[in-house]
Amino acid sequence: MAGAAIEFEGVSKWFGNHQVLTDIDLAIVPGEVVVVCGPSGSGKSTLIRCVNGLEPFQRGDLVVLGDSLASAGVRMPALRTRVGMVFQSFNLFPHMTVLENITLAPVRVRGLSATEAEKTARTLLERVRIPDKAGNYPANLSGGQQQRVAIARALAMQPKIMLFDEPTSALDPEMINEVLDVMTDLAKEGMTMMVVTHEMGFARRVAHRVVFMDAGRVVEEAKPEAFFAAPKSDRAKDFLSKILSH
Amino acid sequence: MLDLGVIVANFKFLVVQGLFGLGGFAGGTLRLAIPAIVLGFVLGIFIGLARLARSRFVSLPATLYVEFFRGVPLVMVIFWIWFIIPQLLRLPIPEYGVALTAFVIFEAAYFGEIIRAGIQSVPRGQVEAATAVGLTSAQTMRFVVLPQAIRNMVPALVTQMIVLFKDTSLASIIGYVDLTKAAQIVNNREIKPFELYLFIAVVYFVFTYSMSLFARRFERRLAS
Repeated sequence: MAGAAIEFEGVSKWFGNHQVLTDIDLAIVPGEVVVVCGPSGSGKSTLIRCVNGLEPFQRGDLVVLGDSLASAGVRMPALRTRVGMVFQSFNLFPHMTVLENITLAPVRVRGLSATEAEKTARTLLERVRIPDKAGNYPANLSGGQQQRVAIARALAMQPKIMLFDEPTSALDPEMINEVLDVMTDLAKEGMTMMVVTHEMGFARRVAHRVVFMDAGRVVEEAKPEAFFAAPKSDRAKDFLSKILSH
Repeated sequence: MLDLGVIVANFKFLVVQGLFGLGGFAGGTLRLAIPAIVLGFVLGIFIGLARLARSRFVSLPATLYVEFFRGVPLVMVIFWIWFIIPQLLRLPIPEYGVALTAFVIFEAAYFGEIIRAGIQSVPRGQVEAATAVGLTSAQTMRFVVLPQAIRNMVPALVTQMIVLFKDTSLASIIGYVDLTKAAQIVNNREIKPFELYLFIAVVYFVFTYSMSLFARRFERRLAS
């Protein structure tokens, strides 16, 4: 598909003999928000981790912002600056303050001056609604605050794409919304997003498309209204009945 | 009663020769311990990193090195270098060279293990997060992994340095006049074992305890 931000073309991946992704074809256009869901072990995390090269794949191609990851000689660090990622376990750098966490890559990779990077970082902290935590260490923040710092850290590189790998799964229930709200803002601003999540409310409200995976394959993709109202595959019906029943 | 006169009378020999190694004999506890710690640590960094290398051609020799030197007694390594290497090379090696070589080679295995464990103690997610924001692997090592790894390593490193410091007394078996050997020499003449061996125990303790205190303060500074 021309003009796609992310395009999977027959991507397959194995861990040893175990195939975890099978012939994935999927194109995501700029500004699109795609929620990837599916039972655990279905390959959804692996799928988005391929996009910034955290996981290599063995067959097919993946074109991210015009760069083919399968072809040799792609400068991965440079590509990764255009693709932000947020992890389930936050992965903030514990030996650095919030501000240092956010400015590390802009200073070291982008070559910004410390003052410039700090200015951007403070603006981002406003955006994720914790401007007063700049000098704190991650250990002194709640899970929800840590995850918002992680989002700010990713945004500091001014990425074109944001990947979210179960960003709220490690959070206490009362903190989930503060993170989802930030993500919703981001989606409204037109960020291209791939989100692995079990938050079906978020998928319904924010996603343009839901991709359902099972056993390493994309089983179904549809607009959220269609997916939640009438999933086509039995596996998606089964999955939804399990996670929506409570 | 303890006769401290023997210490006073032989203070210069015990301290200047035995502790610092400035005197007529090859010797000195500090003159051996300090370079052994520094060089052993530096060699240990390479061994620790080599053990973590992806290539088996690099990691396997490092693993063998560590397993081998952890599996043999230090005294034996000293004897090898003292007796065997000069025969093979047909070249005499002075006591200081033998002792320093033995300690560096032997201790590097332990330092290497501490460094490897320290680096591995940093969660994978840290590397992934650093990679994801575009840092190169060298930058990830420098800004994210090592600062956390070193903090985790400090207690074990200091313990190992203390062990090494005390183990330098083993160099006396090849005639290296360190603090222990100096006390032995004086005792052979004066027959005052209580005073002499108590005195050197105090000297060893002062040094090792200072190292512990320094480490504790250093850890606290890292933690804040």
